[in-house]
Amino acid sequence: MLVNPVKRAYLALESWFNLSFGTEWNPLYHLGTLSFFLLWIILISGLYLFVPYNGSIAGAYASVEYMTHEQWYLAGVMRSLHRYASDAVVVTILLHLFKEFASGRFRGFRWFSWVTGVPTLWMLVTLGITGYWLVWDELAQYVAVGSAQLMDALPIFSGAMTRNFVSGGMTDRFFILVEFLHLLGQPLILVFMLWLHVKRMSHVSINPPRGLAMGTFFALLVLSLYQPALSHAPANLARVPQELHIDWFYLNVYPLLELWSPQDVWIFTTAVTVLLMAMPWLMPKKEGPAAVVDLDHCNGCGICFEDCPFDAITMQARTDGARYEHEVVVNPSLCASCGICAGSCPASNPFRSSRETLKTGIDMPQLPVDEMRRLTRETVEAMSGDPKIIVFGCEHGLNVDRLKRDDTRGIKLICSGMLPPTLVEYTLKQGADGVMVTGCRQNDCFFRFGNSWTRLRFGGERKPILRARAERERIRVHGAAEPDLRSIEADLASFRKHLVEMNQAVASAAQSE
Amino acid sequence: MMAEFKNKPLRYLLQAINYTVFMALVWYFATSPSIKIIADDEAMITVAFSHAGQLREPCRRLTQEELNALPPNMRKPEDCPRERSPVRIEIGLDGEKLYSESLQPPGLFEDGGVDVYYRKKIPAGAHQLSLKMNDSVRIEGFNHNLEQQIHVTPAQILLIGFENRYGFTLSPEQN
Repeated sequence: MLVNPVKRAYLALESWFNLSFGTEWNPLYHLGTLSFFLLWIILISGLYLFVPYNGSIAGAYASVEYMTHEQWYLAGVMRSLHRYASDAVVVTILLHLFKEFASGRFRGFRWFSWVTGVPTLWMLVTLGITGYWLVWDELAQYVAVGSAQLMDALPIFSGAMTRNFVSGGMTDRFFILVEFLHLLGQPLILVFMLWLHVKRMSHVSINPPRGLAMGTFFALLVLSLYQPALSHAPANLARVPQELHIDWFYLNVYPLLELWSPQDVWIFTTAVTVLLMAMPWLMPKKEGPAAVVDLDHCNGCGICFEDCPFDAITMQARTDGARYEHEVVVNPSLCASCGICAGSCPASNPFRSSRETLKTGIDMPQLPVDEMRRLTRETVEAMSGDPKIIVFGCEHGLNVDRLKRDDTRGIKLICSGMLPPTLVEYTLKQGADGVMVTGCRQNDCFFRFGNSWTRLRFGGERKPILRARAERERIRVHGAAEPDLRSIEADLASFRKHLVEMNQAVASAAQSE
Repeated sequence: MMAEFKNKPLRYLLQAINYTVFMALVWYFATSPSIKIIADDEAMITVAFSHAGQLREPCRRLTQEELNALPPNMRKPEDCPRERSPVRIEIGLDGEKLYSESLQPPGLFEDGGVDVYYRKKIPAGAHQLSLKMNDSVRIEGFNHNLEQQIHVTPAQILLIGFENRYGFTLSPEQN
């Protein structure tokens, strides 16, 4: 029943983190924000290190040694934080990449984020590489010579760069250029690329939960005190460094130069990059049609505009002469076809026009709200068990057909966020005793906010809210991925028991009346 | 709900284990495994210089008639073709050929200087070094030569350069 082994591995890791961190602090749900947080640590520690740092070839090493040994309690710790946070951010980014790949969140409408993410990682790596130059120790020498060999293999450098790193060839001018790149040029480009990476998303957060941020910072601090970052011997261009403790997160390409020519290293890294960037087209997935706006039923309230996770909806002045000020417009090339907008539209109310086709302001052609209403009605009518439970699920969480019993039926939506709260009320009115809404694991919605919006709507914190008249005791939310069958079945069993007790209480109250 | 421990101390303990694993991973790959760049008994020779080959064709003095045919501001007495000769270089050590390359001058008109860069690990100790270079298609054989006894210590880089005035240079100097 389970999907591919890569996704299975990811879900196992996710389950382990849910066990120890809970869904709120699970680092796998905050890899992007955690990476931003680590970049903040790198930025702040880097700014501090810049003050005592001597930017000349003659003085760079001594100033770093001063920071490491003389002022170990502050500058030394800052140096270690700078270094270990830089390494940690590579781990979080690689995990982010693995997660998005394993859960299929790299293709279709997500191609732009995936494609811009790959060069962003490379940009970060080059930023780390220039950082290693600045210590001007044997490792810096090794990196400098290797980088020059790689640069010289490109037609634009004509083979002259390596001569900077022969005995007596290195100048302060060149060194200052590298400092400029590390301190200003590369960080600015990185910020621009990060902006580009998240451009097609709305409600972008850059701060992880405070507990997770504190835990990560504390762990980095302990590591910095326990194993401070140290330099190698000072660079000496007249000698070859014999043994180097290289940082494999950033410098993994350089040992390849011992095996291959610089041209071959370029071919290899370019091939890996192109392969990664081409993934959305090498493993395509067919998507449903984009959301469609029906201006006859749209009053331009803007709730769908607020709820769209991918900035596919914009507001504009009314074009149909209706008395409302605004209307919404869907950009099909940005639309994820998630249906969250249909769930947010106040016109998606199944109690309206019960005999006619239910039309709403914004709808999904592949599963219109009217079809959801019909499915719900017919499913409840066809059920025979007691108590009757309808489970609304999504395409990316646990398959609700696996929960089928006489008293339990599943209805599959595109995303749990496309469920209008009034449809839950409608389901109970049609004769269901209880409604369970599942979908992706909590805080890990395939469409980013589907399950979060559902919880907030049911909790009355986000429009359209679940009305007060809906019996909340008969409604349950349980996010679940494919491996979570046992946990959701256990929750369903307790829900059934609860509903039976409720039904008995209602029956005895009716009898006593 | 997803499975998660409600017992806070246990959760914090598990978190501490996770952070420890994460930091151990970060720390280990930040410095390990180490790599050996050169063996304890090896040195390195590095050839690094830039050199423009001689012109393929010698400059030719224009005749008076040819000069008169030119506008007054363009009457240069010599006509020099731009194309330069390729630079052919051979490096030998103890009678064995280490490196042999013919480097074409870069540029649309093949008029640029070539950059020579070559590195080779060699055993530390005494060796007989042989350097040969030809920078003119008009000369047979090698027109720049150096035969030298060298001595290199472990991890030392012997830098081989070339200057038009002095020919091949070695750094550090070898006596």
